[in-house]
Amino acid sequence: MENTTKDYSHIKGWGIDADPKNDPTYPMKRRTNEEHLGYSWERPTLQPQTVEILHSNERPNVTAVFGTSTPPSGLSGMIRRLAFKKTENDYGHWLPLILADRINVVEGIIEDLRSGHVPNIFAEKGYKAEWKYNRGGLLRKAAVAAILSYGVVAYFRAKKKRKHNY
Amino acid sequence: MLAMNYRGPLRVRASQKPMPKIEHPQDAIVRVTRSCICGSDLHLYNGSVPDTRVGMTFGHEFTGIVEEVGSEVTKIKVGDHVLVPFNIACGQCAFCKQELYGNCHESNPQATAVGGIFGYSHTAGGYNGGQAEYARVPYANVGPTIIPEGMDPDDAVLLTDVVPTGYQAAEMGGIQKGDTVVVFGAGPVGIMAAKCSWLFGAGRVIIIDQVDYRLEFARNYAQCEAYNFNEIGDPVLFLKKETDWMGADVCIDAVGAEAAGNAMQTITGRKLLLQAGSATAVHWAINSVKKGGIISIVGVYGPTDNLIPIGNVLNKGLTIRANQASVKRLLPRLIEHVQNGVLNPKGLITHRIPLEEVSDAYRIFSEKLDNCIKPILISPSAGL
Ligand SMILES: NC(=O)c1ccc[n+]([C@@H]2O[C@H](COP(=O)([O-])OP(=O)(O)OC[C@H]3O[C@@H](n4cnc5c(N)ncnc54)[C@H](O)[C@@H]3O)[C@@H](O)[C@H]2O)c1
Ligand SMILES: [Zn+2]
Ligand SMILES: [Zn+2]
Repeated sequence: MENTTKDYSHIKGWGIDADPKNDPTYPMKRRTNEEHLGYSWERPTLQPQTVEILHSNERPNVTAVFGTSTPPSGLSGMIRRLAFKKTENDYGHWLPLILADRINVVEGIIEDLRSGHVPNIFAEKGYKAEWKYNRGGLLRKAAVAAILSYGVVAYFRAKKKRKHNY
Repeated sequence: MLAMNYRGPLRVRASQKPMPKIEHPQDAIVRVTRSCICGSDLHLYNGSVPDTRVGMTFGHEFTGIVEEVGSEVTKIKVGDHVLVPFNIACGQCAFCKQELYGNCHESNPQATAVGGIFGYSHTAGGYNGGQAEYARVPYANVGPTIIPEGMDPDDAVLLTDVVPTGYQAAEMGGIQKGDTVVVFGAGPVGIMAAKCSWLFGAGRVIIIDQVDYRLEFARNYAQCEAYNFNEIGDPVLFLKKETDWMGADVCIDAVGAEAAGNAMQTITGRKLLLQAGSATAVHWAINSVKKGGIISIVGVYGPTDNLIPIGNVLNKGLTIRANQASVKRLLPRLIEHVQNGVLNPKGLITHRIPLEEVSDAYRIFSEKLDNCIKPILISPSAGL
């Protein structure tokens, strides 16, 4: 489909080899070229913003509809707000978001404890299933962890002793 | 209501959360009857998708019974049992009108590169997902589709993602009759891609993974050849030899960011997060496809960069096609295939786990315990 309203008659040969069948996006996309007209479609009703919504600076607005789960909060929220000042093209956007995600985990634990809930991290990690279906693997992992921590302890003990000797 | 609750990498639990509300006139609220855990959820579970916030509910593959609709909803009504495509799409923007429902421009404020997806971090719109008793479904005139009379809800729930994704993987491969198709990844998506490759006339279908029970499953379910990449030497060389030194006509990446098989990719992509996931499968795909061949990528990667041999793409004259599946575009054809017995989605389901045990369910699927292919979660109020 043509959406070109511009006149190209001053360009010799304009479009003489155009071949609509040569469309690598078919059948993923039924080409209409509407987007050549820019961001001009009739937008759906806009969802009222009841919570803070961050939006990519590669678009002019918040989309007509959006999720309202877990709005930015705390220190992680501050970092997320800063991240959204950078484009999606910039590490300065994504790396701080990953950092914020990690800080958010600690905030989650604090929030749990505040509300009187001690998170059962073993249960959350599904170790019950691991115990049921992969006992050998789990025991091996535990053994490796035990040996490693024993090694670390022994190393520091030895170091401490040597200090005394000097 | 009970809902899956993300607490941090590898930590999820089921806990009480507020009921979802109508927030937009085109919203519907559904009582979830089935929901799945997907390979895509593992990227979130492992903490590798930026802006995955603690407290969010995942789940982009679900069916449910409509409990409430907003004032602009006309296509579905209270009491309808619907399957909900994983893409959130407005149906009005230039991209939706071109059937790019996975690339809607009015459903994800946080990233222009990604469409809205249920329960898939703020990088995909910040929506709570369907691993819960109830879920908010935006643009209810566009996505949700009434489950046809007589269709098993177990089949229906796989039509929200796995079937269309596997099918589109094969479709994007531009498979011609007699083509040799190699599928990397024998998870639910790869197995479905292998199965669907035959529908496009493939002459030979080969699936590659490292998990023996999955390879065995794929051999039976998709009637294809299956090889363990730990047992064939360099998989690229193996595939060259298997194709009379030409390479495959089409290679499909159905692995994505969690790929194993190359220590350098695993360390930089999965441990250090210096890349947007490990790109081993797409790397192998590029190197084992023939000159002028086609790479189809449905495996999901993060929004930053990946290390892939782009020079070989150039020198071999390859075409790369990739997308999130456009579920709504494909549904009519795929519903037909299920009804006619051409595809048997529910045959992929190996585990039915109560939503209360979501922590174990993630572990089982992620660690490939108990011969798991596809787990579904049943919420306490599913009712069927
Ligand atoms: N594009 C879309 O619309 C869409 C939709 C759904 C899922 N996906 C993506 O598809 C991918 C697969 O999903 P799934 O549910 O089948 O996940 P899965 O995790 O169950 O399956 C992935 C499989 O790949 C195997 N694997 C790992 N490294 C490999 C390698 N180097 N070569 C070959 N196989 C390897 C794993 O052993 C596993 O069996 C994921 O990345 C998921 O995010 C994309
Ligand atoms: Zn999925
Ligand atoms: Zn749209």
